[in-house]
Amino acid sequence: MTRDEIILAVKDIITTIAPDEDLDGLNNTDPLRDQIELDSMDFLDIVMELRKRYGVQVPEEEYGVLNTLDGCADYLLPKLEGQELKMVNA
Amino acid sequence: MDNRKKYYRGSTDGKAPFPRDPLAGAKDYYDLIVIGAGLAGMTAANVLARAGFSVLLTEQHYNYGGMATWFKRPGGHIFDVSLHGFPVGMKKTCRKYWSKELADRVIPLDSVKFKNPQFDIETSFDEVDFTRHLVETFGLTRKNVDEFFAHVRGMNFYDDSGETTGELFEHHFPGRNDVHRLLMEPISYANGSSLADPAISYGIVFSNFMSKGVYTYVGGTDHMIGLMKKELKQSGVELRNRVQVEKILVDSGRAYGIEAHGHKIEAGAVISNANLKSTILNLVGPDKFDAEYVKEVEAIRLNNSSTQVYMGIRDGEEVPFETDLLFTSTRERFDSPALCDMHGESRTFSFYYPSGRPEASNKRYTIVSSMNAHYADWADLTDEQYETEKAKLNEDTLVALENLVPGTRAKIDHVEAATPRTFKFYTQHQLGSSFGTKFEGLGYSMDLSKQIEGLYHAGSVGIIMSGWLGAANYGVITANKVDSFLRDLAELKA
Repeated sequence: MTRDEIILAVKDIITTIAPDEDLDGLNNTDPLRDQIELDSMDFLDIVMELRKRYGVQVPEEEYGVLNTLDGCADYLLPKLEGQELKMVNA
Repeated sequence: MDNRKKYYRGSTDGKAPFPRDPLAGAKDYYDLIVIGAGLAGMTAANVLARAGFSVLLTEQHYNYGGMATWFKRPGGHIFDVSLHGFPVGMKKTCRKYWSKELADRVIPLDSVKFKNPQFDIETSFDEVDFTRHLVETFGLTRKNVDEFFAHVRGMNFYDDSGETTGELFEHHFPGRNDVHRLLMEPISYANGSSLADPAISYGIVFSNFMSKGVYTYVGGTDHMIGLMKKELKQSGVELRNRVQVEKILVDSGRAYGIEAHGHKIEAGAVISNANLKSTILNLVGPDKFDAEYVKEVEAIRLNNSSTQVYMGIRDGEEVPFETDLLFTSTRERFDSPALCDMHGESRTFSFYYPSGRPEASNKRYTIVSSMNAHYADWADLTDEQYETEKAKLNEDTLVALENLVPGTRAKIDHVEAATPRTFKFYTQHQLGSSFGTKFEGLGYSMDLSKQIEGLYHAGSVGIIMSGWLGAANYGVITANKVDSFLRDLAELKA
């Protein structure tokens, strides 16, 4: 997956977790929490979905890296190398 | 025959004996076995079954739900035990881990009232209205109140200062016993905490409530648990009630299943939604842990228990709307430990109106009074003393209710008390604890899998996780760990 695809993948996971949020205006640099209503349970759900869809394990002490979309992309890029993007809510 | 009769009509009421093997036809292996179908166990089971694992959910009682429960009595009465109430977060939790249908039934209470010698107020129980009362009714400055709210809102689990709730109140509102009462009493009834418990646990729970007030579930607890059971089956969870798990099987520091009713059923992982101390000390057994660890677990304090009085209004009678929740006391000043006094002066009334069960064919009202209580006060009474004390509890409650809402007593045709003994009997919690363990239990619960591989705990612990919302969310937190563990396990096998 490319960086852009990873950001799409994360947004698709957020759509599953928070179906009532509008994700069109999300930017990649500000904390997700400041842009939409996400709490710590939502981040746990993102971690679980990443594991379910892509087999990626994010250790608890590294949850913080998922704070922004850019952070997600940086962290996941090497881990998702060679994997296909899976859109559930396309 | 005699024994059977005793079992049904013992002094603490009875669960009917079940003649058949409750595990007949169960498989030899599941990815996951969940012991206990409280909100934590059910939610963990649902999340992990949806993630694709095979899940067996066992419950010792015939009803699912744990303390989220109800019961029926002759005359058309249905009593909810703990339906009032929870923070708005329950709506989101239902939406994400259950269904939209469940989430849509989570609605705010209309009114919360306080009546005691220090103040008499009605509130929507959120930050805006509490701020208004603290300034207008209690005469505090806006700055003082804002600083308090900012402080508690900013608290999080990872930076515990060691301050107690009492110290927190004294810091912001020194000497204001009335303000301490307003802030503490509702939370004491919600999770069994007191001024001596950590400020951090208070801050998290109080802020959850203050975001939007107190919520309830329309349709009654039986409706909610019914929908959850339907959802669990759809997710593929195998539900088994009346299962008394005797042992969690452990070999070389690894949990590999359960033993119950002559069955040994193996599993990749086990989640216990039983009481934390019972899980470690009884279901696993002290011989499976380091002696030092066992000592520490034995020292974990349990939260207090409760008494409740269930009052059913006669068919055809109506009770005009008074409020949904009434925190009341005749005690002159607030005294945190006294909330647990046997026959104390403080109690909470929950008023349940027909609008809470729109589907019910009969439009009935019930009132449930709750007090915090110590198991020790009730444990050793003789049968005769026990009946006398329950009768006094009923009578005191009826007198208090009649003083608050005159004319109600004459409309009541069913009165029944539950005591710490009742809670122990139905939940099998040590000391009849109705709110799990004190704060220190949380770490032991979260780290159980570090002691025994493949064994996890979810349930009422550490005060923060001791209400409906906390328990359900803790089920998800544990499910996340189990999901990670089971996926690694599957990879190893492959």
